[in-house]
Amino acid sequence: MSGLNALWQAILVLVGGGAIGFLYKGLDRKLAARLQGRIGPPLRQPVLDVVKLLLKENVVPRTAVPWLFQAAPFLAFVAAVTALLYLPVGPLSPVLHGYGDLVLVLYLLAIPALAMALGGLASGSPYAVVGAQREIVMMMSYEFPLAIAAVGIAWRLSTLGIGPSFSLATIAANPLWGSVGPLGWIGLSLLFAALLAVTPAELSKIPFDIPEAETEIAGGLLVEYSGVNLALFYLADVIKTLVIAGLVVALFIPYGIAAPLGIAGIGGKILDILFFLVKLFVVIFVAVTVIRVSFARLKVDQVARFYLLPTTLISLAGLLLLVLDKVVMGG
Amino acid sequence: MKQAELLERLKLSGFKRALWVYHLNTGGCNGCDIEVLAALTPRYDVERFGIKLVGSPRHADVLLVTGAVTRPMYERVKRIYAQTPDPKVVIAVGGCASTSGVFYDSYNILGPVDNVIPVDVYVPGCPPRPEAIIDGVVKAVVKLERLLEGKGG
Repeated sequence: MSGLNALWQAILVLVGGGAIGFLYKGLDRKLAARLQGRIGPPLRQPVLDVVKLLLKENVVPRTAVPWLFQAAPFLAFVAAVTALLYLPVGPLSPVLHGYGDLVLVLYLLAIPALAMALGGLASGSPYAVVGAQREIVMMMSYEFPLAIAAVGIAWRLSTLGIGPSFSLATIAANPLWGSVGPLGWIGLSLLFAALLAVTPAELSKIPFDIPEAETEIAGGLLVEYSGVNLALFYLADVIKTLVIAGLVVALFIPYGIAAPLGIAGIGGKILDILFFLVKLFVVIFVAVTVIRVSFARLKVDQVARFYLLPTTLISLAGLLLLVLDKVVMGG
Repeated sequence: MKQAELLERLKLSGFKRALWVYHLNTGGCNGCDIEVLAALTPRYDVERFGIKLVGSPRHADVLLVTGAVTRPMYERVKRIYAQTPDPKVVIAVGGCASTSGVFYDSYNILGPVDNVIPVDVYVPGCPPRPEAIIDGVVKAVVKLERLLEGKGG
């Protein structure tokens, strides 16, 4: 792939990703309102929010560490956007295919949360410090099941002789469901459940929004942020929602509909991309919107326990079943 | 010129339809606060106008102040006003915030909110109905438009 070609693709993915991200954020808010029996904001509400934030004064508090406070939103935004470039879009390979794999995406997904924690600590507000501590506690709890789910799939692929097994394009091109036995099916389902359980925490959404907790610690990590910096965190959240949903889709439901329907060529590609967007939407709707309106915020210790015990055990059981499946099926 | 016009309209619609409200009680009886929260319920649903209650004055465009200002709150009200990024609007919700209400000339208060910080919109009532509060927030947009055009208050 030539450099210029990659650049064009990157711009296309970023502009398209931004538009889709805003649309899904608007849909998320609208559907959450409908589920609560409200009318809800218009679909373009997230765009209006960002426009307004860009017009506001950008305050850097006197107690803050200015460079770190200002750098954190950029770091979060850039990491989220970079992760978007590593995602396979339906039938298409990731733009930066070959320059990084699943492990890199997992790290890129961790950076916005870390940047928020850094920014919170640098803002000099006690609320933000409490929020940062909670963010770190939550990350330490959910990263393990997340890593197990990702590694379990990559390992099973490698035992089937498909490689490079950590490449997201390879994983998306070879759905595991068809190549494992019944034990593997159960194992994959458990890993799928664990990954879906991690999704809302990765995005700091209710019931796992303890780092932000508006009614409790006044916005937590974001308490001192305003104007452009807050808008950048908002954008990072919009993009990150797409990335984590895209990761779930690539790992567990990478199927297209063009091939079964027998549509080839460019039409099939477009159909598959549209189907990919539908899958993204379903993942966001199930793992973020419905859970967000169904539960109240958990306490810090409840969140940590939820991820350290049941979710970790479920993902470990899933991994174990995948190993047993390999033994039974003989690799 | 057309581009500048479009930008202007986008700016205005951003403020018109995306007001974030910080709710501040300076010594009220909690009656107005309950009505403010009632505006969030499915019956009134302020989110359909893009109005959102935020937890930090740094995120706010609108300060919704309830209650007459008590002495301990004096410094805090001024500080929260200063912490809100420009352009901003202050709305005094309820009789006490607007005129001190039944606490008029009382020894332990510093008077209505406009004795301490400049107020842009008054919403009378004890307590005002949620419709009146929503109306007050929407009226605040007019003030913000003027601020955005750089013509001051």
